Amino acid sequence: MGINLPVIWAGLIFFGVMMYVIMDGFDLGIGILFPFVGDRHDRDVMMNTVAPVWDGNETWLVLGGAALLGAFPLAYSVLLSAFYLPLMFMLLGLIFRGVAFEFRFKASDRSRHYWDAAFTWGSVVAAFFQGVTLGAYIDGIAMDGTTFTGGALDWLAPFPVFCGVGVVLTYAFLGVTWLIMKTEGRLQWTMLRVTNVLTGVMLAMVAAVSVWTPLTHPEIAQRWFSLPNLFFFLPVPLLVLVSAFGIYRALRNHPNVSPFLYALLMIFMGYTGLAISIWPNIIPPSISIFDASSPPQSQGFALVGTLFIVPIILAYTSWSYYVFRGKVRRGEGYH
Amino acid sequence: MYGLTALELARIQFGFTVSFHILFPAITIGLACFLAFLEARWLRTQDTVYRTLYQFWIKIFALNFGMGVVSGLVMAYEFGTNWSGFSQFAGSITGPLLTYEVLTAFFLEAGFLGVMLFGWNRVGPGLHFFSTVMVALGTIISSTWILASNSWMHTPAGYAIVAGKVVPTDWLAVIFNPSFPYRLAHMVIAALLSTALFVAASSAWQLLHGRAVPAARKMLSMALWMVLITAPLQAVVGDAHGLNTLEHQPAKIAALEGHWNTAPKDDKGGFPLIVFGIPDMEREETRYAIEIPRLGSLILTHSLDGQIRGLKDFPKEDRPNATVLFFTFRIMVGLGVAMILFGLLGWVLRRNGAVYRSRAFLRLAVVMGPTGLIALLAGWMTTEIGRQPWVVYGVQRTSDAVSAHAAGPVALTLALFVVVYFVCFGVGIRYMLKLASAGPAPDAHPHEAPSYGPGSVIPAAMAAACAPNAMAPHGHRES
Ligand code: HDD
Ligand code: HEM
Ligand code: HEM
Repeated sequence: MGINLPVIWAGLIFFGVMMYVIMDGFDLGIGILFPFVGDRHDRDVMMNTVAPVWDGNETWLVLGGAALLGAFPLAYSVLLSAFYLPLMFMLLGLIFRGVAFEFRFKASDRSRHYWDAAFTWGSVVAAFFQGVTLGAYIDGIAMDGTTFTGGALDWLAPFPVFCGVGVVLTYAFLGVTWLIMKTEGRLQWTMLRVTNVLTGVMLAMVAAVSVWTPLTHPEIAQRWFSLPNLFFFLPVPLLVLVSAFGIYRALRNHPNVSPFLYALLMIFMGYTGLAISIWPNIIPPSISIFDASSPPQSQGFALVGTLFIVPIILAYTSWSYYVFRGKVRRGEGYH
Repeated sequence: MYGLTALELARIQFGFTVSFHILFPAITIGLACFLAFLEARWLRTQDTVYRTLYQFWIKIFALNFGMGVVSGLVMAYEFGTNWSGFSQFAGSITGPLLTYEVLTAFFLEAGFLGVMLFGWNRVGPGLHFFSTVMVALGTIISSTWILASNSWMHTPAGYAIVAGKVVPTDWLAVIFNPSFPYRLAHMVIAALLSTALFVAASSAWQLLHGRAVPAARKMLSMALWMVLITAPLQAVVGDAHGLNTLEHQPAKIAALEGHWNTAPKDDKGGFPLIVFGIPDMEREETRYAIEIPRLGSLILTHSLDGQIRGLKDFPKEDRPNATVLFFTFRIMVGLGVAMILFGLLGWVLRRNGAVYRSRAFLRLAVVMGPTGLIALLAGWMTTEIGRQPWVVYGVQRTSDAVSAHAAGPVALTLALFVVVYFVCFGVGIRYMLKLASAGPAPDAHPHEAPSYGPGSVIPAAMAAACAPNAMAPHGHRES
């Protein structure tokens, strides 16, 4: 067979989820950072940097779910049932976060702070439970054949909770670097200072995950540390270090776009590392993408359109970002 | 919780979340088309009333859209979290359809929404109009895919069952399954009709309170034309839809007519239309029935002596709940008839301008406001509850579709959804109604220069001077 449909679909889903993590990552990061900025007008600016694009960013999450259902129905049904509670909590968080965009600007001065809180806590809860889900996913799912046999609270363990905190911090990190790019003056200053701290925290976290995962999962250790592999995979940790170093250097001058680009590189590397650990499974520890595939008629049918349409989506999404390019200023409410 | 099983809880949860969700898309579809029309008129005629109306409705649209998105996100995940049996069994069909919906509709809507809402001063009028049209187009494409998926669950076609799972064999047959054209037409018209009634109610309220009179008259007139056209059309399409259902899901029709007995072969008496009654599932009869002889035959077979199968013809475990269907169906049709009459009344009163002056008519228009959405929900309940006990009609039972959760977690999330939906969407709907009743800001108001409008680029200094307002143009008239 010429083309390997499951592999292509795994790649597409990898790409879609990565787009989601990056793009909704900085949106959620802004919510997570809200409590650190007290001034109302500064908060307006923060929100306005993403108001025109957040919906498109969240759509990548919908794509991830839909593509998983279409290409790997077994994985979709097992994973979503296994992570029932964390995913439901995530959805509830996303509801609060999403409505806050509109409600905050409609609310009276007296009730606005409720929607500020909804924005913050919605973002924190959504990010935290995405991390929990990720952690529990890496830890593997209790299966008997193709049925889930675990309990409703399996995700309540140290590693997933640690990953939850990690994702909250990661999104905050994306958020500050995004704001450095999109704001100026005092607000940008605050963000620069926060970035300084968060970069260190990020490095520490990446280190912690890199030690914790192989220690508890021999098969992952095997993958990374056996010999030819080590050389292939070495660029991953090295590039993480490079990006951190880049951010520290940029912070010394008056940076603009560069911290955000370095942050993207760092996240991308961390995410790739994760894929290396899991491959070729889609339900760790034992069900591979080949076992979970939908029939070729389904994967093929969806693929034709996807390959054709995704470039168009990327084109008009870039155009939309281009329309709203540049710094967002106080009082310049394009809201 | 209260002795409910996980299956029952999951069904309540799905019904609850989807019923909330569908209210927002219905208004999104209608308003997006309305906004595209308004902007086209504005670009063509340069009559400022159209711009005023555009700027007024886009605020309500934005609120409504936000709620549509977050409630829709829940739906897309619920298939896996609550209905994993269904996703595993039929994901190979519903998954690609949903994927296409995301790619061709959701991204399109979201990608151009930013420019539509915030881009008035950032792109030229042509590009802005293009964005509005793309958003409107996105809502229609979205309806097409999701209804293809939903219709396939009602009238499955183009598939085979291999090793206990659905395998698509013919995608065209899957998408254009027998009930799809009817359902799509009926749903899109329902959205347009519901929105027209909502717009009419908003403008009637404003006229009753003497606000924004010229703009309010304009939109009342537009909305009434829409009702006049779409309400009868909806009845015609609904009739055709019913005949199609009679062919593919006869048990559903028997249930919603409260019709129990199949007449003997040589019977020439036709069967009646039951106007009112209480179908009793245990006693297998419709109690207290008030009947109009032969009218049922006329409607469903288009002849005076035609016959259809009665509910007793179907095994007990395959019967949908007639008691519920009987009423949801009558609510929908009754309101549909009321809408037709309302449209005609508006047409008659238009002659001498009484539509704008008669307080009785304006009050009626306000009362009719929510009926579109009520009929729409009643229609969905009829369709979906009438499909039971199947999730994919005749192929998979709902009880095999559900995830293997204990009742506890499902009850917990159901309770959370109820609280969160009522809080968030309750507040959002209140904001929408507040905006809709306040009406557009009068054009000539010196302090309230429209903050977006072609050619009305606000000088930076002025924008800074009224910063709180400029930040929140939506809030202008609320204080
Ligand atoms: C007839 C139309 C219709 C119907 C029956 C449904 N929807 Fe819907 N949906 C829309 C029409 C729509 C829309 C008009 O396209 C929305 C409304 C507001 C919006 O943002 O797009 C939307 C939004 C929307 C979103 C958010 C999209 C985004 O992020 O931009 C999702 C994930 C879903 N829907 C999923 C569903 C699912 C899984 C449904 C089945 C149970 C469903 N919808 C029923
Ligand atoms: C949007 C308007 C809709 C409304 C108001 C609606 C309403 C309902 C209701 C009330 C139920 C529960 C029926 C019962 O348990 O007795 C249900 C079930 C269901 N519907 Fe719909 N529905 C809608 C659209 C859809 C669409 C578009 C799909 C699929 C793409 C869909 C898929 C399902 C599924 C999977 C169930 C399973 C649960 C069950 O059968 O009880 N629905 N719906
Ligand atoms: C006045 C005459 C009407 C007739 C004869 C009619 C007929 C029908 C029938 C037979 C069904 C069930 C189809 C099935 O389950 O297979 C249905 C469903 C539905 N109806 Fe109506 N209807 C009418 C008016 C309305 C109105 C006024 C609205 C809303 C504004 C509406 C909204 C719906 C919706 C949303 C559904 C579910 C989706 C679908 O199956 O298409 N209907 N209608």
